[in-house]
Amino acid sequence: MTNSISEIGQSECIFIIGSNTSENHPVIALEVMEAVKNKGARLIVADPRRIRMTDYANIWLRLKPGTDTALINGLLNIIITENLTDEDFIRDRTEGYEELLKVIKNYTPQSVSQITGIPADDLRMAARLYANSKTAVILYAMGITQHVGGTGNVIALANLVMATGHIGKESSGLCPLRGQNNVQGACDMGALPNVLPGYQPVGDDAVRGKFETSWGVKLPSHPGLTLVEMMHAARAGNVKTMYIMGEEPALTDPNSTDVASALKHLDFLVVQNIFLGETGKYADVVLPGSSFAEKDGTFTNTERRVQRIRQAIAPVAESRPDWSIITSLSSKMGYDMPFTHPSQIMKEAAGLAPIYGGISYERLESGGLQWPCRNLEDPGTRYLHQGSFTRGRGRFVPVEYQPANEVTDEKFPVTLTTGRNLYHWHGGSISRQSPGLAEICPEGKVEINPELALQLGCITGDMVELHSPRGKILARVEINEKSPPGIVFMPFHFRESPVNRLTSDALDPVAKIPELKICPVNLRKVE
Amino acid sequence: MAKIQLTINGENILADEGTSILEAARDTGIAIPHLCYMDNLPASGSCRLCVVEVEGARNLVTSCTTPVAAGMVINTASERVINARKSIIELLLSDHPLDCMTCEKSGRCDLEKYAYELGVAESRYDGARHSYPVEASNPFFVRDYNKCILCGRCVGACRHIQFIEAISFANRGFDCKIATAYDRPLKDSPCVFCGQCVESCPTGALMEKSRLGAGRTWEIEATPTVCSYCGVGCNIVLNTVNGNIVSASPLPEGGVNNGRLCVKGKFGWDYVHSPERLKTPLIRTGEKGEGKFRPASWEEALNIIAEKLSATKSSYGPDSIALLSSAKCTNEENYLMQKFARAVIGTNNIDHCARL
Ligand code: SF4
Ligand code: SF4
Repeated sequence: MTNSISEIGQSECIFIIGSNTSENHPVIALEVMEAVKNKGARLIVADPRRIRMTDYANIWLRLKPGTDTALINGLLNIIITENLTDEDFIRDRTEGYEELLKVIKNYTPQSVSQITGIPADDLRMAARLYANSKTAVILYAMGITQHVGGTGNVIALANLVMATGHIGKESSGLCPLRGQNNVQGACDMGALPNVLPGYQPVGDDAVRGKFETSWGVKLPSHPGLTLVEMMHAARAGNVKTMYIMGEEPALTDPNSTDVASALKHLDFLVVQNIFLGETGKYADVVLPGSSFAEKDGTFTNTERRVQRIRQAIAPVAESRPDWSIITSLSSKMGYDMPFTHPSQIMKEAAGLAPIYGGISYERLESGGLQWPCRNLEDPGTRYLHQGSFTRGRGRFVPVEYQPANEVTDEKFPVTLTTGRNLYHWHGGSISRQSPGLAEICPEGKVEINPELALQLGCITGDMVELHSPRGKILARVEINEKSPPGIVFMPFHFRESPVNRLTSDALDPVAKIPELKICPVNLRKVE
Repeated sequence: MAKIQLTINGENILADEGTSILEAARDTGIAIPHLCYMDNLPASGSCRLCVVEVEGARNLVTSCTTPVAAGMVINTASERVINARKSIIELLLSDHPLDCMTCEKSGRCDLEKYAYELGVAESRYDGARHSYPVEASNPFFVRDYNKCILCGRCVGACRHIQFIEAISFANRGFDCKIATAYDRPLKDSPCVFCGQCVESCPTGALMEKSRLGAGRTWEIEATPTVCSYCGVGCNIVLNTVNGNIVSASPLPEGGVNNGRLCVKGKFGWDYVHSPERLKTPLIRTGEKGEGKFRPASWEEALNIIAEKLSATKSSYGPDSIALLSSAKCTNEENYLMQKFARAVIGTNNIDHCARL
């Protein structure tokens, strides 16, 4: 997030797109509701489904799934035509505006209305509200990124915030809501194939040199494989051995039958986790890790805030904290990692990743710190891009609307979209081991509209079979009016209804994020 | 904001215009007893325990709803005030189970605290008592309305903090109680099981099931930490007794979440004690995917892994090995995992589920 969670509530206009906030980031949703109810903030929600946030919205843009780029470009078109741009910001802080204009001019309200299904007047209202507000934040999540055109969507949003100057100041910015508790931190720490800790490219000789000196070894300079590419390589026999810590790819990855076959194909698989899970079943060796309650460490939340987690209980049974497992294994392989407490590991990381330079356990005792935090005097950064962007001037990059990779046809006439619900988390490997959460939400239902239910001849509680070009699954029906008739929704937490058997692993070519939000399916009632 | 001068218990103080007497007193270190008042909620003055004497006013006033005024002379502990408070507590106790010796709230119960402070051991009032069935139909908390004092904090918390309105006051007079629409179980209401109502309850009426029989409040050790579910990163406190987690609460204020949590942070921690937890290292004995294993020692398991990784690396090169780190693990663990991949194995084949 460019801004802090507490700034959302101070913003005049909040624009939520591709985020089912009340289910996936519940406490941020409360911040938004409070802003709308008690502080006079205006709310725009763009979502195909009638999610709870739409109840609080001043304007609900019910777009067709996968048409986000067209919508965003359309808003820009109106803002530019009606002279609602921030001329000073564009002149002083950006470049490439002329190129942007060339593309945006084609996204007239009429044509965008046609693509997205949103009335042109609603587009105008939203564009004016967003552009005319003194401060405005955009919140987005996987609904924007999990598309073949996901990177394009994010760039389009960046164009929008720059053209209106809604970035680089308090309560104005572009806020991706990160999913997992420490997905931000895992990225920051370089658990990515192309960057070392602190987003320093592996291909940069000076960067590598610094790490080589600190670690005392030569480091590879070519970027590695992403998760989905790893699975492809395992199937092809190029990756022979995998070591999977704390992840459940057999359940959460798109096209998960292929993941299972990839894991089977490996010569050797290590799985380190707190539960065996689906992935663990394919392992040659399983190592028991300790949970968050059993160890010290830090998590970094979606607003870049590094916070302490603290050991509350002893490691369960013979489990060990993941960090201590890695140090043991490393020394067995002849490389010493002489850490006896996570604070020492943070010290090393802070010395190598400039954005974490000022993070230390002593400082974290009195509360979290938001990176960039470059030295021990640096109070941290509440919002990014004040005065200038990381690269200097912000560059407008025109993006064209790109239709979804697969579209509905006669054989697969309904669009399936996937996501999470409030009571579970990800592959359910953790939340479903919570007896209470499992009881309150025991199974993954497919949510369908009454009209579609009528066509299928089914009522809430009936079983249906869902078919996609890749597979089929069974699921129980829940009828509600959240989705329009042509769209069905299903959470991906449940291995009994593994919805990712249906989804495609077509990738966004840049960010390598699979298209999980759109999958044409066909439904049939089963007796 | 403009400051105004007033006197509380003989002391001259300055307070912000618009603050209530209760808040102004608290800011100078004078605690006024209260039951229905709660920070972040509109004050209702309904319990009347917070009454104080204001010179010149005929009646006692509720300090939570009365704003300070210039020159006010306030007494928060006069005999008249104390007697009024005693009567309120006596009235509440006249319809309260008085089973403090087995009540899970004992030690942190506001009713118990004020009864103690005011020296109210028993009630002079003898009237009808409620006998509600204890509602335990949801997996997370019990609702024992025999212990409810109708302060309305749960109703306010649900409506104003969580924006849900699953519960409200139902019926009038003696039959007044907190209920969902048509008094149905919470499961059949809009309730999202955030537990905000439980957090706000000053007595034992709303109580986490995980606390039942798990230890007395004074045995609880509190460890401040962070929720393990989503990227909001709410600040939670894990409450433990004898090495077991017995409940979780939000940090009362400030931090990322300012006293709020969702169901996962409040109640979802119990996977930690699941019997399904992996207890020892395992080595596969069955077919891949079958899930058949034998337990192994750490020594054996780590030796096998070290050998296999070294062998793969020397036969097929470092890029034949791929590692997945974890968005659930700590920064320190992610740092070490990528260091292990790059420095020990010699590959950049390291990723995690960021994209999913
Ligand atoms: S658990 Fe939350 S939603 Fe349910 S009644 Fe209590 S405050 Fe309301
Ligand atoms: S309590 Fe809920 S909103 Fe807060 S971090 Fe946990 S899962 Fe996220």
